[in-house]
Amino acid sequence: MNIIKKAIAAAVVAALVPAFAAAQEAPLKIGVVTFLSGPAAGPFGVPARNAAELTIEMLNGEKVPAPYATKGFGGAALQMQLVDEAGPATTQVTEFRNLVQRDNVDVVIGYISSGNCLAIAPVAEELKKLTVFFDCGTPRIFEDKSYKYVFRTSSTATMDSVGAALYVMDLKKGKVGSIAGVNQNYAWGQDSWSDFEASMKKLAPGVKVATSQMPKLFAGQFNAEISTILGAKADVVHSSFWNGDLEAFILQAGPRGLFKRSTVVLTTGETAMYKLADQIPDGVVLGARGPYGPYAPDNALNKWYTKTFTDRYNVPPNYAAYQMTQAILGTKAAWEKAQAANGGKRPSIDQVIAAFERLSFESPAGKVEMAIGAGHQAITETVYGMSKKVKGKMTVTNVKRYPATAVNPPDGVKAADWIAGGFKK
Amino acid sequence: MEQVLAVLIDGIIYSAWLFVAAIGLTLIYGVMKIVNVTHGSFYALGAYAAASITGALLAKGMPPALSYAVLLGSALLVTLIVAPLIERGILRFMYVKDEVVILLITYALFLILEDAIKLVWGVSPYFIAEPYGLLGSFDLLDLTYPYYNLILVGVAVLCGVGLTWMLNYTRTGKLLVAVIHDTEVSRAMGINVERMYLFTFTFGSLLAAIGGAFTAPTVSVVPGLGVEVIVLSFAVVVIGGLGSLPGAALGAVIVGLVRSASIHYLPQAELFVIYLVMAMVLAFRPRGLFSIAEARKI
Repeated sequence: MNIIKKAIAAAVVAALVPAFAAAQEAPLKIGVVTFLSGPAAGPFGVPARNAAELTIEMLNGEKVPAPYATKGFGGAALQMQLVDEAGPATTQVTEFRNLVQRDNVDVVIGYISSGNCLAIAPVAEELKKLTVFFDCGTPRIFEDKSYKYVFRTSSTATMDSVGAALYVMDLKKGKVGSIAGVNQNYAWGQDSWSDFEASMKKLAPGVKVATSQMPKLFAGQFNAEISTILGAKADVVHSSFWNGDLEAFILQAGPRGLFKRSTVVLTTGETAMYKLADQIPDGVVLGARGPYGPYAPDNALNKWYTKTFTDRYNVPPNYAAYQMTQAILGTKAAWEKAQAANGGKRPSIDQVIAAFERLSFESPAGKVEMAIGAGHQAITETVYGMSKKVKGKMTVTNVKRYPATAVNPPDGVKAADWIAGGFKK
Repeated sequence: MEQVLAVLIDGIIYSAWLFVAAIGLTLIYGVMKIVNVTHGSFYALGAYAAASITGALLAKGMPPALSYAVLLGSALLVTLIVAPLIERGILRFMYVKDEVVILLITYALFLILEDAIKLVWGVSPYFIAEPYGLLGSFDLLDLTYPYYNLILVGVAVLCGVGLTWMLNYTRTGKLLVAVIHDTEVSRAMGINVERMYLFTFTFGSLLAAIGGAFTAPTVSVVPGLGVEVIVLSFAVVVIGGLGSLPGAALGAVIVGLVRSASIHYLPQAELFVIYLVMAMVLAFRPRGLFSIAEARKI
């Protein structure tokens, strides 16, 4: 009799365990890669890490407003494994392999440097690991190759450069005689300048390129470059500088009168606008790589995000923080769409990928559409404005918004061809 | 004409910065025969100390004019604490080892100091823009330069002239020259070589820290600041000849002017032009421009 009772009990337990396990979803491990050291850590890496910590904590605590009110990804709690992005691309490839093969993360979200994204994408494909780039800008990733496992939830440098060109043309009422550039000598800087130059030549036929300076990344000293640009007397100066280089450029260019002599466009200027408010005069064109920071829309998700982030870290989120949160929320949206299609059960990575492709989701920065790169590359609207001090505080004025389709190429068309063809939709 | 003048001025400003950054490296090599990678760390320490202390004092109402003295004081403070600690605590036990081993030890110390900087100052950037703009600017033809750039050139000249005077006209300097020529004979003649080593390491590191402190108002003081400096400093002292003071000066001027000319006339070549010059010098003078013929020791 006892044996029968034990057998029944064992059968009941065996029947209940899977149900219990399903209810208590095993946690998902997310590898988060961002700069924790080096010149990019302060303005980009650390705000992005803070955003990842905050977003994951809030998702696990079911404290994010709709449409992200459910726990973690599809009810499964999220565990973050943080990796420093500093160091050469070879180091990053090793770290990526460690995340995937040693630590068995389910998803990797990360990468600020375009060079690192270009190096990681083929490895992600080889290891068949869902990888979401949150910030890097080079359009080459999905233009030169197609990837199944790689997604990018922020727009490319093309959007920043085309948006900057449209903005200065609006600002100058179409009268731009000459342009100059100072950009870092690697994928991001080169792509940003070539797209801006090509856009300006299309929008203002006959425009002259006075000079194009390409200093080394993290060079820090730009006196000679500034002299060259001052001597060139260009109407518009374009720079996609970021990190410590952006801050050093502002510190060195201000006292030399560059901001007064030319209309200077800083496509990532938003990350420095509050810290260097005293050094940035009125009239400098500031970008935020999309509708982030001061350009973010006035919606419930953004109100929650800016308040929660500012309360926690005592500074408002900059665009790197927005982009990190956007990547996590985009992955959540894809995951839960796949889970719903899978009858509520945990989806396979192939199912998540299918759901991610061509996905449209909401972020604190508004609508994000995975519309190009065969559905793996996001497009968003972009926004530019000009610095203006109001009662000693830095604000933006003359803000102009450009819809996503006006500043991003259609799917399957390379940015350079799209610009050369006259921005046809 | 205007462009040639701009090349010269930009080149001299950059040379001055390079010289201050590199002079301590060549001094330490000359006396101690150490290729000191921690030099970059002292540059960064000087910049961090200057930016944080000057920034804090300015926030408390210190007259901005005093900030230049505070920059110098900050470099002194941080060097006098850290340099003797490293020399007495670690390096003095390593002098008997091979030069390559000591190079690796200083590299390890460089990495440790990089992390120590992050522990103390965090990863957020520090700025002190006031000293850069405080003195105003001057116009030269059609270009504007802050007077602060002249301070950097002045600091470089002062460091070079001061070090030359110290080596040639003071008792300590003459003792150092004796140690440079032959450590064993110097020791036999009663010179306290260990004390000379401590002095040299501290003084050489101080020059790096001064370089960092006076650069701080023009840059964003961020982690990794010392990496670029150490690479460029090595290029300068290798061109000039390791251990040679005039060599470091000439190396800095050559690198500064060539880089400036490249930026103005051939920006595409800026990245590699410094190393092209270095390679060409080494092809014809493998020990640098001011290398001294060494007697073979049996």
